[in-house]
Amino acid sequence: MNQPSKNSSSGQSSDSGAGSGNGAGASHRTGRAPAGLPAITVDARAVEARAARFTRRSIKNEAKRAALAAAMSMVDLTTLEGMDTPGKVERLCRKALQPGLDPRLPRVAAVCVYPTFVAHARQVLEGSDVRVAAVATAFPSGQSFLDVRLDETRRTVDAGAHEIDMVIDRGAFLAGDHARVFDEIAATKEACGAAHLKVILETGELSTYDNVRTASDLAMRAGADFIKTSTGKIAPASTMPVCLVMAEAIRDHYRATGVQVGLKAAGGIRTSKQAWHYLVLIKETLGDAWLTPDWFRIGASSLVNDLLLQWERLDTGRYQSAVYFSND
Amino acid sequence: MSTNHNGSAGQSSDREPVRKTYKLYVGGAFVRSESGYALRQNDVNGAFFANCAKASRKDLRDAIGAARTAFGGWSTRSAFNRSQILFRLAEMIEGRRATFVELLGSLCGRDRAAAEREVSTVIDRVFWYAGWCDKFTQILGGVNPIASPYNNFTVAEPTGVVVLLAPRSAGLIGLVTALLPALAAGNACVLVADDDLPVIALELGEALATSDVPAGAVNVLSGTTSELLPHAADHMDVNAIGSFGRGADDERELGQRAASNIKRVAVFAARSHDEWCDASAQSPYFVERFVEWKTSWHPVGV
Repeated sequence: MNQPSKNSSSGQSSDSGAGSGNGAGASHRTGRAPAGLPAITVDARAVEARAARFTRRSIKNEAKRAALAAAMSMVDLTTLEGMDTPGKVERLCRKALQPGLDPRLPRVAAVCVYPTFVAHARQVLEGSDVRVAAVATAFPSGQSFLDVRLDETRRTVDAGAHEIDMVIDRGAFLAGDHARVFDEIAATKEACGAAHLKVILETGELSTYDNVRTASDLAMRAGADFIKTSTGKIAPASTMPVCLVMAEAIRDHYRATGVQVGLKAAGGIRTSKQAWHYLVLIKETLGDAWLTPDWFRIGASSLVNDLLLQWERLDTGRYQSAVYFSND
Repeated sequence: MSTNHNGSAGQSSDREPVRKTYKLYVGGAFVRSESGYALRQNDVNGAFFANCAKASRKDLRDAIGAARTAFGGWSTRSAFNRSQILFRLAEMIEGRRATFVELLGSLCGRDRAAAEREVSTVIDRVFWYAGWCDKFTQILGGVNPIASPYNNFTVAEPTGVVVLLAPRSAGLIGLVTALLPALAAGNACVLVADDDLPVIALELGEALATSDVPAGAVNVLSGTTSELLPHAADHMDVNAIGSFGRGADDERELGQRAASNIKRVAVFAARSHDEWCDASAQSPYFVERFVEWKTSWHPVGV
């Protein structure tokens, strides 16, 4: 496995002024965390300043095309609506297989649906390597009985899901019952069997960067294959500073244990520009080893159309209109 | 004019004047150009008057994006409400009468009486189009006679996002004459003022911002129109372009590039300043240039 990039925020003191995760902050252990979990104080100002810098990289036209293709290949094309139907899911799967007419465009990484649509999605995607991810564990609130959530997970995996997106019990986490959150993640991981587990922290409800860092550490130690920012049902969803905190947690976890954990940014990423800001963040925090669909995902629906719009604009030189692209 | 609008008159000579830099009006906010370029506005004697933001291709794209976002809300308001809002715009220009009169004097060299006349004509023209908002559909649309058991209606609907290339050197009246027909029809507009009189256009942006015109329904850019024209004509999310007195070369280029997404191109011939002020420069048939026709068949006599 490749080493994570050395070019990360704590290593770039000339750039960002201060490291945000394991720099100065790492030495402040508050002792609030449960057994063996170091509580890391995140320097909020430094994180925000550092995250803002990722948005100011100049990206030239040739690099833009590569960035658009990379972003497309990392999308978890998502529909999580009460009004979803098999028809809607099928349309989404067709779009996942061939987002646009240009054969140079990659397919997306996965589709993300509710458990009841997993079998149908698998059928449509038969023969392709597009993964099927499903949200389980009483998404989006996570407020149900543990055995119900575990049963839902097992049944979703049985239905054919390659990846399970679980939510943590934010109520328990915020009440300080970290042990319970840890145990529930571990139990869900066990219920997943061979399926990959993505743990949704729902950072919009965690209030502070310290909490985001603690929840990230907790989820990784409990066996998460991916940590994911948001359900997309709460504002704010994914933000750059939050992703940076999570990426630094992943980097530190990798350095400490040698275990690579993936990151999924979900919710609120609608434009190509935002997508490549995230790519820059991953590149400069975790390095090239994470810049693949196996280790970085963007959960989105409308983003794909904007990627297509910008792709077309690179080809024609004309600014495009959303009316010429399928609306889904 | 002995006084400078930008405020040095009447001040003791050791005071450094605080000069106003005029900004673009995009999506309801006043923005500097993304490019960082500026236009220098001189007064009629060639002396420096003010700096204005110079719109780039990206500013144009942002303005078109803002117009697209605003279009739904603006076009689906009741026609009567659009009428009220345009009337409010007339009120806001009236409230800035002294400023506009002074600008027309300093920048265009109009004497006071002529400047007052122009501003009055402008206000009357805005008011006139405000009145047309809920009337042009009756005049232009209709019930069609057909020989089968249906009611058949043809109604006018706004075209969408419209870029208006305002006439050069035509003062405030040129801007308003270019903007109002498309706006009254319910289109979301990007008004592009050429680089000869940017201050007057951006001052109009300030009047628009304080009227009740929703953010993004009108965006005002000042820049070199000939630079922005190809990008506006190429943009696939622009539905119509109004070209006012641009000349044959620009009109040919517009026509060719607009073919990309079959934009409507409404060309208005050049006029003298007096002719822009004349009543012949306003008409419900100018509104017609920025609408689409929808014909619906409805069964009757079942």
